[in-house]
Amino acid sequence: MTTIDVQEYIQAHYTPYDGDAEFLCGPTERTRAVWDKVSAMFPQERLRGVYDVDTATPSSITAHRPGYIDRERELIVGLQTDAPLKRAIMPNGGLRMVENGLAAYGYTLDPQVKEIFTKYRKTHNDGVFDAYTPQMRAARKAGIITGLPDAYGRGRIIGDYRRAALYGVDALVEAKKRELHSLDDRPATEAVIRDREELSEQIRALGELKTMAASYGYDIAKPAQSAGQAIQWLYFAYLAAIKEQNGAAMSLGRTSTFLDIYLERDLNAGRMTESEAQELIDDFVIKLRIVRFLRTPEYDELFSGDPTWVTEAIGGMGADGRTLVTKTSYRFLQTLRNLGPAPEPNLTVLWSPDLPEPFKRFCAELSIETSSIQYENDDLLRPRFGDDTAIACCVSAAPVGRQMQFFGARVNLAKALLYAINGGRDEITGIQVAPAMSAVTSEYLDFDEVAKAYDEMLDWLAATYVDALNVIHYMHDKYAYERIEMALHDYPVKRTLACGVAGLSVAADSLSAIKHARVKVIRDERGLAVDFQIDGDYPAYGNNDDRADQIATGLVQDFLAKIRRRPAYRGAEHTLSVLTITSNVVYGKHTGNTPDGRRAGTPFAPGANPMNGRDRHGLVVSALSVAKIPYAAALDGISLTSTITPEGLGRTPEDRIANLAGVLDAYTDAGGYHMNVNVLTRAVLEDAMAHPEKYPQLTIRVSGYAVNFVRLTPEQQRDVLSRTFHTST
Amino acid sequence: MNGTISHWDLSTGVDGPGTRFVLFTCGCPLRCRYCQNPETWRMRDGRTVSADEVMAEIAKYHRFIQVAGGGVTISGGEPLLQPAFTGELLARCHADGLHTALDTSGALGYRASDALLADTDLVLLDIKSYDPAGYRTLTGGELGPTLRFARRLARRDVPTWIRFVLVPGYTDDPAMIDGLACFVATLGNVEHVDVLPFHRLALDKYRELGIRYPLAEVEPPAAELVERVRGQFQEHGLTAV
Repeated sequence: MTTIDVQEYIQAHYTPYDGDAEFLCGPTERTRAVWDKVSAMFPQERLRGVYDVDTATPSSITAHRPGYIDRERELIVGLQTDAPLKRAIMPNGGLRMVENGLAAYGYTLDPQVKEIFTKYRKTHNDGVFDAYTPQMRAARKAGIITGLPDAYGRGRIIGDYRRAALYGVDALVEAKKRELHSLDDRPATEAVIRDREELSEQIRALGELKTMAASYGYDIAKPAQSAGQAIQWLYFAYLAAIKEQNGAAMSLGRTSTFLDIYLERDLNAGRMTESEAQELIDDFVIKLRIVRFLRTPEYDELFSGDPTWVTEAIGGMGADGRTLVTKTSYRFLQTLRNLGPAPEPNLTVLWSPDLPEPFKRFCAELSIETSSIQYENDDLLRPRFGDDTAIACCVSAAPVGRQMQFFGARVNLAKALLYAINGGRDEITGIQVAPAMSAVTSEYLDFDEVAKAYDEMLDWLAATYVDALNVIHYMHDKYAYERIEMALHDYPVKRTLACGVAGLSVAADSLSAIKHARVKVIRDERGLAVDFQIDGDYPAYGNNDDRADQIATGLVQDFLAKIRRRPAYRGAEHTLSVLTITSNVVYGKHTGNTPDGRRAGTPFAPGANPMNGRDRHGLVVSALSVAKIPYAAALDGISLTSTITPEGLGRTPEDRIANLAGVLDAYTDAGGYHMNVNVLTRAVLEDAMAHPEKYPQLTIRVSGYAVNFVRLTPEQQRDVLSRTFHTST
Repeated sequence: MNGTISHWDLSTGVDGPGTRFVLFTCGCPLRCRYCQNPETWRMRDGRTVSADEVMAEIAKYHRFIQVAGGGVTISGGEPLLQPAFTGELLARCHADGLHTALDTSGALGYRASDALLADTDLVLLDIKSYDPAGYRTLTGGELGPTLRFARRLARRDVPTWIRFVLVPGYTDDPAMIDGLACFVATLGNVEHVDVLPFHRLALDKYRELGIRYPLAEVEPPAAELVERVRGQFQEHGLTAV
């Protein structure tokens, strides 16, 4: 009887590597040929929005025939549909999303599919709207709660795709059957019945995974015997997930050190050269770079640049003190050179000052070269989640295969403050969105009065928000259950309800202005507070000044307490993120003038970043303000995006590498959770805006992920340009 | 002990090695035409703070600086315009185990006591020109004191970086640079020479302050020119970056 425990296997078999990058190989001719072939399709895709769509086949694990980029040359095979970059439709999430997504690119849905999903089969989206209350709809429409996964796949669930390689699918089926039968003697309560049905679905999905692999000519019933097989088995498992789910974030997990065991074995036995090892990783990463989903323009507005968050967590330290860095950690990062920079997979280095120095330097060097890496604090993750933790999406950590999350997007804290001042009425439309509360009527805002009204408003918002999420996840489980991903989890699984906030810096600075300066309210004929005049200076978040920073941390802690008062679906643990992805632009667009002096429509700062230009003492000082937000209060992650010019890191390439590694060490040591590092000049971005064709691979880190700069909307490009560039002056 | 300061920043890799707390003191005897910090020229434009206050601010970054690698740099303005204040800060940082750097034009080098220099781990010495007349035109001050200070630092073996701002038409004369390189090469305590290409990033500051920027029309040096100048220093056995 096989016990499923990948972490234990890794610990028993992996080879830590503390050497440098000298051993790495460049791309082979074969790699270049495959990558060139698929890259040649990107310009057309960028131009049209999509390359192609299969409008007639609702996707499933087995719905499409095998597809190839270059059948002769590919080492790792498998595509989401029968051709590269051809997107699939996944109507279980919502038919409207599919239809709008198709219409946006000039396609129409196959009438038969439409008939099935309107007449015979209900979708997640239909279910949610059956159970939303009028207030939830109003809050959603007004944009005080946004980005809810109520019309698309919730994503953020990471199957432990390594299990397919390590155990083979048959052993996984046996283990799932044991889990199913462990419920045989339990009373058939609603919860038990649901679990039985889900486990049966998981077993079915594993069967389909085998069938899909067989269509490519592979029998994955038994464990993988070589590195090539291990990568292939693992990829098939992941491919099954992305064939069936169009989740916002479809993360890969933590695979490099696991795969290193197989690669080392083959290398040591002389069955493979380093060049061949790198070639396998390069070929795998090519596949990860072309994961595609059909999205709507509204979705793109929130999450710009066609992201899929194929997040791979790399490096980190083991609980026993050995580093989890292996040669394959290097090989994954090396793809940024062999294939050029790219936003996907979302390469995420779990950083600790204890990491081997050569690895730190290699990461810093690649960050400076490509701006394609994000960093998360391994010293915060490991004690809480163990040393087999992966990152879903951008900053959401979970032990692989043992914990899943209900993704909850985010609420707009800045708009909520305006609602508090306006007694629950929307500052733009004047509509009563929140229940009528007494508006603040004084000419000058009084801190205590505003704080009290805000507290009540946030009580309402938290309750409405959690209830809406409960509806969404109930329906998602019912109509678009992640069968294959959950088949690659332990049973029972730990669940979190991942709530989030946006506009933290705007809300904190607004409260600081009210407290430390004089803020006069300007009301319109409807009696709505539509503008504010600030008399005097106020300490702003981002200057390592407790007067402002404590307001921000207090907001996070208070909001967490508020959501925790509302029960979560399936007993999930409420968590919170301070993350916006690119939605900071949309949030700002839908929020009026704020008491911090921000003008209506101006983008918020991304994630937990201080507002642009208000952090006056450089990157480090700004980062230390963010580091004050306690991770325990925001276990779903705290995102910081930093942009610095090369000169702002040092005068020579060697200095820049050492200095960046030093800053990452110290930020981690200070308790900072996450940092996106961009090393760029404004001139390059301006040139890329004017001449996108010159920069097909220019990649930048935005809140929690990376994007092709040239695929952002002009509005978002301008937002990136307006952000603080930390320079040497 | 009180001093007059303009502001402080944390910077990385530009004001000495690593990540540093950089204090910009106020007041400067020179008026360099390319000055990046015109807000630090006059003491009366700064604010008075006590050394205790500055040390309290530095304390907030002590740990970060230690982990990241770096230290504290007293810059300006001209920090030696306030030698007692600067000296106290350097001494206290040194006592706290922080690497200390002094960023100075050397024009007031004679005001630096031996004790102050003993608390200075690194001097960033700006030599703006090696031609006395050119120095006067560019800065309004005299070259002599700077060279005397450079020799004193050499005698005391204080690790020094020479900073040289390359301004086309003002400081690009090959003979002058050769003279400077020759002089610097004799010192023996210079770790490297920073050849800093002139830039106009301070233009906005001048506009805000309502001061005319004298070099508004000067273009930054071409890469070839920068390389040529670095090469001139290197020919004298110096490390130039």
